[in-house]
Amino acid sequence: MADSAIPRPRQAASVREAYLAQTRRKRLYSGILLGVFIALMSSGFMLADSRNAGGFWSGLHRLPDFPAALFSEAWAKRAELPENLARYFPALIETLNIAAVSTLVGTIGGTLLSMLSTQGLARWPRLIPVFRRLMDVMRAVPEIVIALVLIFVLGGGPVPAMIAIAFHTCGALGKMFSEVNENASLKPVEGLASVGANWSQRMLLGVVPQVAPNYLSYALLRFEVNIRASAILGFVGAGGIGYELKNAISWGQGKYDAAAAIFLLLITTIIIVDQLSSMGRDRMTHGRKSEMMA
Amino acid sequence: MSLSVNLPAASLKDQAEAMFRSKRNFALLVPVVILAYLVYAFFAFDVAGLAQRASLENAARLVSDSYSYKTHVTRDNRTGDVEVAIEGERKGTYAPGTGPDWVSFGNGTTIDLGRGNVVTYLPDGVVTYAIAGYGTVTASPSARGVVATFPEGPLPDFISAAKNRVMITTDAGRLTITRNRTEVFKYQMGWEMFFFTLDSPYHGLGFGQLVSRAVSGEAPQIWHDFWYNPMWRHADVAWALFETVLMAFLGTFGAAVVALPLAFLAARNFTPLMVVRQVARRVFDLFRGVDALIWTVVLARAFGPGPMTGALAILLTDTGSFGKMFSEALENVDDKQIEGIRSTGASPVQRYRFGVIPQVTPVLLSQVLYFFESNTRSATVIGAITGGGIGLLLTQAMITQKDWEEVTYYIILVVLLVFAMDSFSGWLRRRLIKGDGGGH
Repeated sequence: MADSAIPRPRQAASVREAYLAQTRRKRLYSGILLGVFIALMSSGFMLADSRNAGGFWSGLHRLPDFPAALFSEAWAKRAELPENLARYFPALIETLNIAAVSTLVGTIGGTLLSMLSTQGLARWPRLIPVFRRLMDVMRAVPEIVIALVLIFVLGGGPVPAMIAIAFHTCGALGKMFSEVNENASLKPVEGLASVGANWSQRMLLGVVPQVAPNYLSYALLRFEVNIRASAILGFVGAGGIGYELKNAISWGQGKYDAAAAIFLLLITTIIIVDQLSSMGRDRMTHGRKSEMMA
Repeated sequence: MSLSVNLPAASLKDQAEAMFRSKRNFALLVPVVILAYLVYAFFAFDVAGLAQRASLENAARLVSDSYSYKTHVTRDNRTGDVEVAIEGERKGTYAPGTGPDWVSFGNGTTIDLGRGNVVTYLPDGVVTYAIAGYGTVTASPSARGVVATFPEGPLPDFISAAKNRVMITTDAGRLTITRNRTEVFKYQMGWEMFFFTLDSPYHGLGFGQLVSRAVSGEAPQIWHDFWYNPMWRHADVAWALFETVLMAFLGTFGAAVVALPLAFLAARNFTPLMVVRQVARRVFDLFRGVDALIWTVVLARAFGPGPMTGALAILLTDTGSFGKMFSEALENVDDKQIEGIRSTGASPVQRYRFGVIPQVTPVLLSQVLYFFESNTRSATVIGAITGGGIGLLLTQAMITQKDWEEVTYYIILVVLLVFAMDSFSGWLRRRLIKGDGGGH
């Protein structure tokens, strides 16, 4: 008793010492990390600035020029705005169609790939790593690469963009979906297997009803992303509103009213789809929660 | 008793059946609607017309070019000069009188296309082509046209002969004879001059020879010739890859730094003032709604093309996304820890530092790292528009529509880069989050 009572304050002191030392060390590491981060950021910005055609500080005061020119011309020609909006509406529809079809195709492909690469659901369990790698590659290839190659082979138009985005979506959604699949209960699958259902029946009737809300919410999120992607791909020659924007901008002064109309269409669409999809996703997850509670 | 049970049971059964019916109808309706939409898209995208516009020739060239290269052996029929050039490019031209080992100079030029196919440029301008399994074609171009004699029998498909032009396309290569010049294309596997160009003394040396030369002190010279290879421009490519990562890095982390203080303004539990909150949220919506494409276009007007413009475009778009996500994370912060810190008499700054930041750091960091990884891909695309990084090289190589092997090389590099960023950010995420979790 007495033996252990004597060193106690000493022990406490050493614990305190050790704790303070640890805190100091941690603080030092954090400080170093922060310093490295700041150094990286500032040197990176200086490097990027030196490689840029125009400098950041010399260009900063020019930043409002373009929007101002755009607005003033659009304001001067505001009577033509409805006409311009109507003129570019079909291009917007094309962009939306590209996004929708590629999301649809990507969802179907991603569902298939995710089923094939989830433990317990896979048709060929030995091939799971192969399908996983395949999805990684599909995700890694930037859309623009596929789009440009396909434009060379197929000619311009919406189809190359659609294929490129769908390819990427397959991989991206496949990964999300397989994470969802891992939480799905295998009991319905086993039940279906016991009555002699084949693989596609087991997946369609046993798994899809469990995962559909999550799938849908991911697919909606992807649709948002794909609208942006299809607008960008239009800019490099794949049709849709991006292409019109490029034409209007490279025309320069005199067509800024058209550019303003396109900006307006694009921004409005993105914001509307954004809000709708977040509402839809909210309802899907909340709906499921109330069902689970019931 | 049995009656009172039967009645609701029957209505329950009806109810259940009605539910099943509506579910079944719904299950049938969904595929039908999807199919109908795809049919509409089929016509809206003019897929039928695509078949006519599609160029199989381009596709075949793209594929064959990506894994093979061709060497031109050209004779100018007026001067008699013979030139050997890889891909017909100036940078790939052999010095006069030299060439790869399948071309032999002497009394005329003999080109061995392999498998018994031999083309000979005779000194008097006559060309002979011994085709395996067919016979020998002799052609003499002159100012009046090309006179060719073929073996007996009808002309096979691989020979097209006209008055001014004879073309023989076989698997071994292609021979074209016109009045002015005679040209042989030989196709070979691989990427030509990937390591060294012809003017380098190390061209054509084996790996062992290179190592022994490097050991004997020529290593810097060897590295220089490889790194500044004028055809593949390895140094420029490496720089472009770095520039792409730089754009993604500056954009993502810059956005995180800008968005963090703004996110406090948009979080319900930190900003009681509704007006401020709404303003902050609308600002985020605006930054997100104005797409990266539009930011790129607007910024390129002010700053010109380059990596800075790309980085700023990513920064502005992601500020919106981060602001939204960060404020949501801040709203989910556990108040108990903040109260605990407050009970020790901590100042507001200390409450934020020790009560809030440790809670949200892992969440925010993992979101930022996710974005970093996906922005590496976006930076490729933005680079193609604004002119920076590997995206620019990629579009440049594609626009010329002939250097498909370089396009393939860049694509492989981009995929590897994205893979690398993917695993790097995954590793960092695991480390940081585990490290922080241990600190709690």
